[in-house]
Amino acid sequence: MAETHVTGTSRVKRGMAEMLKGGVIMDVVNAEQAKIAEDSGAVAVMALERVPADIRAQGGVARMSDPDMIAEIQATVSIPVMAKARIGHFVEAQVLQAIGVDYIDESEVLTPADYTHHIDKWNFTAPFVCGATNLGEALRRINEGAAMIRSKGEAGTGDVSNATTHMRSISDEIRKLTSMREDELYVAAKELQAPYELVKEVAQTGKLPVVLFTAGGIATPADASMMMQLGADGVFVGSGIFKSGDPAKRAAAIVKSVTFYNDPKVVAEQSRGLGEAMVGINVADIPVPHRLAERGW
Amino acid sequence: MIVGVLALQGDVREHISALSDCGVGALEVRTLGELNSVQALVIPGGESTTISKLARAFDLFEAIQQRIKAGMPVYGSCAGLILLADRVLDAIVGQESFGGLDVTARRNAFGRQVDSFESDIDFKGLTGPKFRAIFIRAPWIEECGEGVEVLAQIDNRPVAVRSGNLLATSFHPELTRDNRIHRYFVETICNSALRIGV
Repeated sequence: MAETHVTGTSRVKRGMAEMLKGGVIMDVVNAEQAKIAEDSGAVAVMALERVPADIRAQGGVARMSDPDMIAEIQATVSIPVMAKARIGHFVEAQVLQAIGVDYIDESEVLTPADYTHHIDKWNFTAPFVCGATNLGEALRRINEGAAMIRSKGEAGTGDVSNATTHMRSISDEIRKLTSMREDELYVAAKELQAPYELVKEVAQTGKLPVVLFTAGGIATPADASMMMQLGADGVFVGSGIFKSGDPAKRAAAIVKSVTFYNDPKVVAEQSRGLGEAMVGINVADIPVPHRLAERGW
Repeated sequence: MIVGVLALQGDVREHISALSDCGVGALEVRTLGELNSVQALVIPGGESTTISKLARAFDLFEAIQQRIKAGMPVYGSCAGLILLADRVLDAIVGQESFGGLDVTARRNAFGRQVDSFESDIDFKGLTGPKFRAIFIRAPWIEECGEGVEVLAQIDNRPVAVRSGNLLATSFHPELTRDNRIHRYFVETICNSALRIGV
């Protein structure tokens, strides 16, 4: 390749997420599920060994997936393949980059490897997506090099309430910044525990400098459309598809409901005859130490 | 003139913004009614498999094909190039393209995301400095039919082509603030096509 080619720039990493907008990224645990996801119109798949609902049910330490399993999925589908590394586990991230994963999710769904530091994501050519529950957390991740943010929600529950809270919180805090005087942004940065330059940029543009998806608890076409109406650029669906009665049909219905999120007639049509949704757990019934959204700082 | 941006999935907002900067009306197109109200169309970057399926599911597929045959100016970037290509390599089984552009495109030809890159390229017909082109899991063009003009190449592979009223790039000018390619589409292709009454 010519010498003028530069890989791993911010524009290339953030631009990749721009291409996913208006789309659905689906958790899959094997090649067969990945194929169903691709055929249903997913814009990418997240390859992992256990969906969050099973991680929650089975307990134990959750780690990066087996590279063989990721490679099999890469060989099966043509859409981007993402995979998860534990928070702070920069060697898992190095491994995922080495096997050509298209996007690395530094994810609270896995057991954290470092309770102080997140991965220094600027060191990588592969782009990262990170979870956030509020604007300060999102900006700290972007400051560490995240090229895409997803609101966390509460993974593996099928309960959309935390996703709602996190989306509302992020957009509410952005709106507040846009109405502040410039000299108030210093204190805002302090309170958000985020770098002043990023806070100022958000105040000026009224949006995050990277794409914002929603994740955690989305189980129905209506859940997905609601997240889009709340301002998400797209949706991650984890356990919601392959823990339901008819995954292929539900997957396609969620894809269509994300594109036509502002058209209740389409969402109504897509909500028909989907069979059983995942059973789900109310977030309120999960003791705080077992809530995944609390991981990450 | 109103230029539509096919808004089924992908970086629609960036194309709308680039078109607006060129001084034309830009409209998101998701339905037949919206398609019928535009004189030209941009197919954005995104996932070609997803966009193609959604176009089929919402009755846009054949309507877009007919408009292309009837001479509507269309610009496709990345996934848009794939969707305009008559022949696609490394497609998934059953993947459909609108077609119209007599080329063979190869999906994800430059590799996976870790191979995505930006580079300065010469773009025939543009004045000023080289164009900073952003390639993301980009396709390239393996073969061009007669009547297809190559506007830019990388490593001897065509990455921008024009054929009649169709323009396609395997990179994403909409991700930069450089609007020269959108301007080329609007001023050189759309304006002359609409003058002769497409």
